[in-house]
Amino acid sequence: MAERSLGVRRALGIHLALVFAFLYIPIAVLAALSFNEGGLPTAWTGFSTKWYTALLGNAEILGAAWNTLFVGLVSTLIATVLGTSLALGIETRARKGGAIEALVFAPMIIPDIVLAIALLSFFSLLNVPMGLHTIIVSHVVFNLAFVSAVVRARLKTFDWSVTEASRDLGGGAVITFRRVTLPLILPAVIAGALLAFTLSVDEFIIAFFTAGAGRDSTTLPMQIYAMIRFGVTPEVNALAVVVILVSVAAVTLAHRLNRGIVAP
Amino acid sequence: MSALLNIEGVTKRFGTVIALDRLTLDIRENEFFALLGASGSGKTTLLRMLAGFEVPEEGAIRLDGADISQVPPNRRPVNLMFQSYALFPHMTVHGNISYGLEMERLPKSEINARVGEILETTELAALAGRKPDQLSGGQKQRVALARALVKRPRLLLLDEPLSALDKKLRAAMQLELKRLQHEVGITFIVVTHDQEEALVMADRIAILRDGRIEQVGTPHELYEAPSSRYAADFIGLMNFIDEGGRTLAIRPERIAVFPSSADRTVAGRVVARAYHGLDLMLHVQTPIAPLALVVRVTADAADRRPVAEGDVVTLGWNAADVRTFAN
Amino acid sequence: MAPALAWLTALMVVPCALILALGFFRRGTYGGIEYSFTLENFALLFDPLYAGIFLTSARVAGIATAIAVVIGYGAAYAITAAPRNRQPMLLFLAVLPFWSNYLIRTYAWIVLLNREGLVTQGLRMFGYEGEPPSLLYTEGAVIAGLVYNYMPFVILACYAPLSRLNPELAEASRDLGAGAFTTFRRVILPVTLHGVAAGAVFVFVLSIGNFITPALLGGGKFQMIGNLVYAQFLTANDWPFGAALSMALIAIMMVLLTVQARATERGSGQARGAADG
Repeated sequence: MAERSLGVRRALGIHLALVFAFLYIPIAVLAALSFNEGGLPTAWTGFSTKWYTALLGNAEILGAAWNTLFVGLVSTLIATVLGTSLALGIETRARKGGAIEALVFAPMIIPDIVLAIALLSFFSLLNVPMGLHTIIVSHVVFNLAFVSAVVRARLKTFDWSVTEASRDLGGGAVITFRRVTLPLILPAVIAGALLAFTLSVDEFIIAFFTAGAGRDSTTLPMQIYAMIRFGVTPEVNALAVVVILVSVAAVTLAHRLNRGIVAP
Repeated sequence: MSALLNIEGVTKRFGTVIALDRLTLDIRENEFFALLGASGSGKTTLLRMLAGFEVPEEGAIRLDGADISQVPPNRRPVNLMFQSYALFPHMTVHGNISYGLEMERLPKSEINARVGEILETTELAALAGRKPDQLSGGQKQRVALARALVKRPRLLLLDEPLSALDKKLRAAMQLELKRLQHEVGITFIVVTHDQEEALVMADRIAILRDGRIEQVGTPHELYEAPSSRYAADFIGLMNFIDEGGRTLAIRPERIAVFPSSADRTVAGRVVARAYHGLDLMLHVQTPIAPLALVVRVTADAADRRPVAEGDVVTLGWNAADVRTFAN
Repeated sequence: MAPALAWLTALMVVPCALILALGFFRRGTYGGIEYSFTLENFALLFDPLYAGIFLTSARVAGIATAIAVVIGYGAAYAITAAPRNRQPMLLFLAVLPFWSNYLIRTYAWIVLLNREGLVTQGLRMFGYEGEPPSLLYTEGAVIAGLVYNYMPFVILACYAPLSRLNPELAEASRDLGAGAFTTFRRVILPVTLHGVAAGAVFVFVLSIGNFITPALLGGGKFQMIGNLVYAQFLTANDWPFGAALSMALIAIMMVLLTVQARATERGSGQARGAADG
């Protein structure tokens, strides 16, 4: 733009470069460290993939990974169905209620520690035995809010006359949804599901409080927290890189499917 | 009249595209001047250059004799009325108008007096406390104008000033702008792609084409004596007849139907008729041009001798009314 | 949509209401809850010890928010200055780290700030020979972690109004005689302020209720409200007081969101329809 002088533009460019350095250097350091033979940040002792191999032999980590995947998939599945129906419900209503808006927005802003202890109190007062199933139903709370937000963003630009055209051509409500509406909003639904899966796989506090006492409901973030808190082993670096790669892959795919959802 | 603004050999490229090509133009004091051209003709680039948002690569822009081509926009006695109006949405009408005077660090009393004065001139006094999103299109346009005029610039630039208004309001505002220009006595340069607008408002018009001036003149000169086929085509309706390596151009109102006397006549068949206000437009297919010739007939004449679609008519015109361009 | 609303009601509204109710009961002698009404838990919030923790949390969250807003606004502004076709990619890259595991991102800072961590290593490389600086387990480390984790929010929130900003507004300001700085202060910043407000409220709310960052980067001694809540439920076993603390967090959040909503309403770009012509 013409009104920005060269000096200002150069300063902005430098600022942005520094911000990207700030955002990515810590992650890059972790990644480099995960390949350090010695495993310690104090000295580079040579390239090695032994920490990744060690991960594969660690039964605790593999068990936690399996739990995480299970929780992520099931909660995402439920949240995708519920969140999509919620989005369609809200967007097709003539009058949008403030109460519903607040209800749907709340899970995204409530401090997770508060939601976590609320759910813990709720389950324990009702004497619900806690485990992976309680983590799943708890994750659905914020995941469904997320899916519905993504799908609603898509529906804001949805041309509803195509559904009327389908009805006019003889399609019933179900056929119209299955053959017209759903295919059109599917990229947003899948993008929402991918983001929900990412959130669930990375979520720590709510899982931590609603997992119950047993070790067999430990998820990966809980495992990582324990590893960081009580003695860092170099394996955690390799694990961190794997977890980050999974998130980045899911988010990139979501972004590809539905531009403007990850970063509007 | 002396030249207030002197644009000399100005060139500007964007990448490989040449926006202005050694353009030279003089604009006089107190003139209402229109830069007319299609999109991509360079008219907007020229306007932004006069405002200071673009710098010429070659050539000079002299205002009152001093070269201003390197002076930043905030130090020029030139103001621009933006096409989008660019009203500050967080300020009231009064705040928008006083902004430019505050930049001159004038005393508060003087600022208020001058803002009050321009609010009266532009009939905005009752709206002074409103924010831009509480104004209609026409009101916004007047605020944008007042905001630029209150600075009493040597030169006021207007970028497609009426394009955001509906047709009816546009016609009223054309006359309003002309009245205001007389009242404040400031030189106006208006950029437009609408030839009708330019003809109504401007004292003189420059037709721009591919970064060069195609023709400069009064509206009457441009209409009656276009210097090129492009200029002839751009202003008003024109019939073109390609003949022996030349192009003949003649206005629809200069063609007579069943003429009593004419330098040249041709027979043709009426293929369409359309009413344009009081006049009737006949489209007549003739052997001398691939496109039907357009003929303007007054309603009176049409009543005297009715012509229907499919009728064969004789058209005629005088040699003095024909412009000839070499191909 | 009914099943979704039922789900949110059963697993968010009811549990939160339960927490609110819990705040009005007494703590049992051996942990647990004694079901008799009291306001003691809310009174305890104003005890100097706990009020102090609230103030510390507010200070840390406030500083982190201020830093994140200044840096993030600048970054968003820089992205809008880049060529249009590269902006989506830059924005995506700015937000991508935010989508990776929060714990891991925080852990990365332990690696950087440790006694023999990367920062110390860096200083050594430049000939530093003294004691390693104590960077980890400080308030500064917590602030750095919060800024690092939440700045993408600010970039996202500020980019939206900045990219929609009509470039002719800045040009109009220059044309009317304002310099670059005045144009920024009087036109660009006010017009995009609602984005700043939205980003700031998000960062502040998420920071003041944060648990992981103070726990990992602040060390054992450093406490914020989130850690206090955690302790009431998992170690001190005083659920009613933990519930009262949570309600205080929710109250702060609601007040800020209301203020921000008002600011946005009054802010620019909210077409209220043209008035009579």
